[in-house]
Amino acid sequence: MPAYFNFAIKRLWQFVLVVFIGINIAYVITHVTPIDPVEQSISAVTSFGNTSPEAIADMRRSLQELYGLKGDWIEQYISFWRRILQADFGPSLSAFPAPVTSLIARALPWTFGLLAFTTLVSWSVGNLLGALAGYYRNNRSLKFFGVLAMALHPVPYYIVALSLMIVFGFIWPVLPITGGSAMDVQQGWNWQFVASVFHHSVLPALSLIMIGIGSWFLGMRSLVSNIITEDYVVYAEIGGVAQSRMMGSYIIRNALAPQVTGLAMSLGGIFNGAVITEKIFGYPGLGSLLVDGVYAGDYGLVLGVTSIAIIGVSLSVLVIDLIYPLIDPRVQVAS
Amino acid sequence: MKRIIFDLLKYNNEFRIGVFLILIVVTMAGLSFFSPYPPNDVFVVPPDAPPSADYWLGTTSRGQDVFWQLSIAIRNTLAFGLLVALLSRVISIVVGLSSGYLGGWVDRVLMAINDTFIVIPLFPILILFYFVLRDSMSTILLALIMSSLGWAYDSRLIRSVAMSLKTREFTGTSVFSGMTIFEILRREHLPYVLPIIFSTTLNNMNWSIGLEVTLAVLGFMDINTPTIGGMIYWANQHTAIVAGIWWWVTFPVITVVATFVGLYLIAVSINEYIDPRSRLSRMGGGQS
Repeated sequence: MPAYFNFAIKRLWQFVLVVFIGINIAYVITHVTPIDPVEQSISAVTSFGNTSPEAIADMRRSLQELYGLKGDWIEQYISFWRRILQADFGPSLSAFPAPVTSLIARALPWTFGLLAFTTLVSWSVGNLLGALAGYYRNNRSLKFFGVLAMALHPVPYYIVALSLMIVFGFIWPVLPITGGSAMDVQQGWNWQFVASVFHHSVLPALSLIMIGIGSWFLGMRSLVSNIITEDYVVYAEIGGVAQSRMMGSYIIRNALAPQVTGLAMSLGGIFNGAVITEKIFGYPGLGSLLVDGVYAGDYGLVLGVTSIAIIGVSLSVLVIDLIYPLIDPRVQVAS
Repeated sequence: MKRIIFDLLKYNNEFRIGVFLILIVVTMAGLSFFSPYPPNDVFVVPPDAPPSADYWLGTTSRGQDVFWQLSIAIRNTLAFGLLVALLSRVISIVVGLSSGYLGGWVDRVLMAINDTFIVIPLFPILILFYFVLRDSMSTILLALIMSSLGWAYDSRLIRSVAMSLKTREFTGTSVFSGMTIFEILRREHLPYVLPIIFSTTLNNMNWSIGLEVTLAVLGFMDINTPTIGGMIYWANQHTAIVAGIWWWVTFPVITVVATFVGLYLIAVSINEYIDPRSRLSRMGGGQS
């Protein structure tokens, strides 16, 4: 097991680096810009009416504390990290006095559920169909699916979600186009609520799957069509290995490794797509929270969601990386 | 080069469709130079008119002609994508080539940073940029930000080619003939990665245009510069779909989808051209 241990250490180190660089980018963006977020927030508040100078001074002090703008830059930097590590982003300005952490905790399961489900479905279905399309190259319906995937795959999430919304919301209104569940249903583990959640997640999930499935399909198809020309596959074919066994143990098994790496590499992009999809369908996840936070000028919320997104995505990548040796035994030999 | 394009046009359906779509879009963008209206003026034509002989694609609720507005919007969007792609190419070529050629600790450090940029979710970071910059966010600035974030995937691709080039004989010859590292990379290795760079440029344009549209639709960039995303943003602001002014949303969406599919198809067919195995099977020379 020492080979796996070395591999895991390397991955863990990469995870730490990703989080470190990501959070530092967030720090630089929020601290090295010419615009003073404190003065901006104050002018937004005071533009509604007269506010006494003492109140403004008071507000300025508390905002400076909140934005971590007190002291010299080393102190600021340290206190910034302290707040990230303690997952303490202060109270939300738009949902005062609820702490940002509790808002994020409420939104996280929605995003996680939606993303985990859609990624799993589009990855496994896309790969399976892609493998079949690469193996049975002359199948009509698989060819048609290939054309469809090729046309759909480069379109951004926003356009697909908008089109689905127009079709199922206005032209043929059969599916709910906003919210995570029906308003009049008690949230909890009862049948009605679960059914309502599923009903509401059809459109967001569908748009995420429609975009996601194409790239896995196309990638797997070209991998498989390369693999079937390899000598060992030709040899197995001549040797009379059963077709199902050929597919499973000879072809898909070998093509799977790059697709797992691909999944790890594209998780960030998938998360980006989910942010947009959630906003369009009013899904109560991190994406809606982030966008609403920007509209409301809620600094703590925006920073909190960004940090959680960076940590969450790199954590998922780490998990995929750690199970990768199970799929590709070469890793254990190499290191 | 001319021959390659001619061959692709002759034998490759995907390339043909892609070129056709892009030609339409570019023509559309080129027409913007003949637009009778200044792009930012509103209420120059009667609002909410459906497509007709006078106004080919209808008019918006802001009194703009959708056709001419669309032509300037697609021009700006294409220019944006091109700018991001070109700028980020510079970073990815430098990082990819030097990392692949030098190897060792340079490679390890550069690739560790590279992998970080692949993994990090960029959309929240772009939103954070907008949140801080607000009205100072301009299209050019956004292009600069996005090109400094979107180079990583392609530089990994270039690195893998550079690594194999390093073991080729001509690299050794150029080392012994006293060329500097910079000369070797620029004169010997760069020509080999150019086809890949070209196809990644197209994919990178798709990526940046997609993000631009999304950011603009949410209102997270300079929405006064007419772009495709900006057009959809204003249509949403005027609830165009609910009000039945479908032409305000439909035509920008069709145009941008044509751009995406066109760029993607060209990139795919070039990739196929680069990979000799799939070229063989297309010509019927390979197995199966």
